[in-house]
Amino acid sequence: MLDELYQAIILDHYRQPRGRGELEPPKITQEGFNPSCGDEVIIDLRVEDGRITDVRFHGHGCSISQASASMMTEAVRGKTLAEAHALIQQATALVKGELDGDFETLGDIVALAGVRYFPVRVKCATLAWHTLEEALKQVE
Amino acid sequence: MKTARLSVNAGEVRRQFPFFQPHPEMRSVIYLDNAATTQKPYTVIEAVSNFWAHHNATVHRGGHGVGAKASELYEAARTRVAQFLNAREPNEIVFTRGTTEAINLVATAWGEAFVQAGDEIIVTELEHHANLLPWMRLAEKQQATLKVWRITDDGRLNLDDLRELLTERTRLVAVSHISNVLGGVNPVAEICHLAHAAGALCLVDAAQSIAHMRVDVQRIECDFLMFSGHKAYGPTGIGALYAKREHLEAMPPYHVGGGMVQTVRWERVRWAEPPMKFEAGTPPIGEAIGLHAALDFIDSIGREAIESYEHELTQYALRRLQETPGVRLYGPVPDRTGIFAFTLEDIHPHDIATVLDTRDIAVRAGLHCAHPLSERLGGPTVRASLALYNDTDHIDALIEALHHTRQVFGYAG
Repeated sequence: MLDELYQAIILDHYRQPRGRGELEPPKITQEGFNPSCGDEVIIDLRVEDGRITDVRFHGHGCSISQASASMMTEAVRGKTLAEAHALIQQATALVKGELDGDFETLGDIVALAGVRYFPVRVKCATLAWHTLEEALKQVE
Repeated sequence: MKTARLSVNAGEVRRQFPFFQPHPEMRSVIYLDNAATTQKPYTVIEAVSNFWAHHNATVHRGGHGVGAKASELYEAARTRVAQFLNAREPNEIVFTRGTTEAINLVATAWGEAFVQAGDEIIVTELEHHANLLPWMRLAEKQQATLKVWRITDDGRLNLDDLRELLTERTRLVAVSHISNVLGGVNPVAEICHLAHAAGALCLVDAAQSIAHMRVDVQRIECDFLMFSGHKAYGPTGIGALYAKREHLEAMPPYHVGGGMVQTVRWERVRWAEPPMKFEAGTPPIGEAIGLHAALDFIDSIGREAIESYEHELTQYALRRLQETPGVRLYGPVPDRTGIFAFTLEDIHPHDIATVLDTRDIAVRAGLHCAHPLSERLGGPTVRASLALYNDTDHIDALIEALHHTRQVFGYAG
């Protein structure tokens, strides 16, 4: 079970995060914070013609929260807002163990599936995705 | 460790707790989260259950024998708390939902009546939010000044720093008896003495000390002291506020409603005498009776025996943690109790707690409801905290699991 949570791919995203950093303005910035553990994910987005043209994150926290944010930036870059919303739905359902059907389109995100065995860690994995959802509300 | 010197047999103690008995559907857990809440002995569960089953009625109201019996049991619990704390009389004990409500009661009822604009309140950098936020809010509301008594780099409170902070405008010093993060024992009697010499009152948050050492309000000479039942082998939803009689008489009520008045007329309300003045509504009766049983449980083991056993166990845990590669332990080394905040390499505390959880070891990770202190320490930590049913095998299992955690995260050896 522990191996499913701390898969090599998660530790790799944690140690070498993709999309880590900040964007120059103009940008949309959204901060996400988990008060019980102090995990923090801040997302910078650039949206042009209904498409996410660039996305970065920074912050600090546990391996799950930071790896999930890293995977999120890879997954949503270049996606339309509708596609990003669909990914948010799928990723959050995946970590809660509620996703039916096809995981294949999710890429590295599939590695987060092991989180479902650790209910107290679900909020770590969903932090980046909930923060993205709030960021997209700023666009719309 | 010389087991023969120990006056508590932790294995015997565990036999008094259903939580530690084998269960066909549950894995046995090494429980090291006692600073959050302790497990409950059979005697407490039975006392609560017995009340609900046979004596349930509200107190100080009913025109019937069941109500009289419930009142008798509830007041016996108050007398027990008074005796446990060495209060002068049971009327100095107000039942509350816990430590948090007790501090809010003092901050509201006493604070709004006796703290004026320009007055000062001193809190320490060690405080749990329960002994911090009520004072921040009071200061804002009354336009008073909140002064922070900083800790030293090794996590102690220096009395000379308090001497610097105290002025003629200081109304209150609020301090925890034991830090819920660092485990250090604060010199509360000396702190109260200094506060009084400056004309201020002194409040002691005993949430972390009540189950682990003798707490004597007359020896400490505090004005207010409070604790929660659930951190002392008792139920949740019950705690107690001790306050000197003179303060309870001078303070206006906190919540108002049933049971806390003598007479109510449109033109005038007369409050009940303390402690009833501060217990509006139907109190947590079964929980108070459970607390009575919990205090009996503690005294059946003996507070000196508990303190001496936990001290030995703490020294053992300190030594094992200090010799574990990659462990960074926070807090003072002398004068500390069995609460250990630490980090391991640069592994995030939540990841550490998860690995320990898969080994059935329960610890807490995070900011421990003490954000300013955690910030001073540099971020979140893992916290392992002991109680009298823990033993050296539990510490050994923790250390072994920390070695395993290092391996999971790729640290050699």
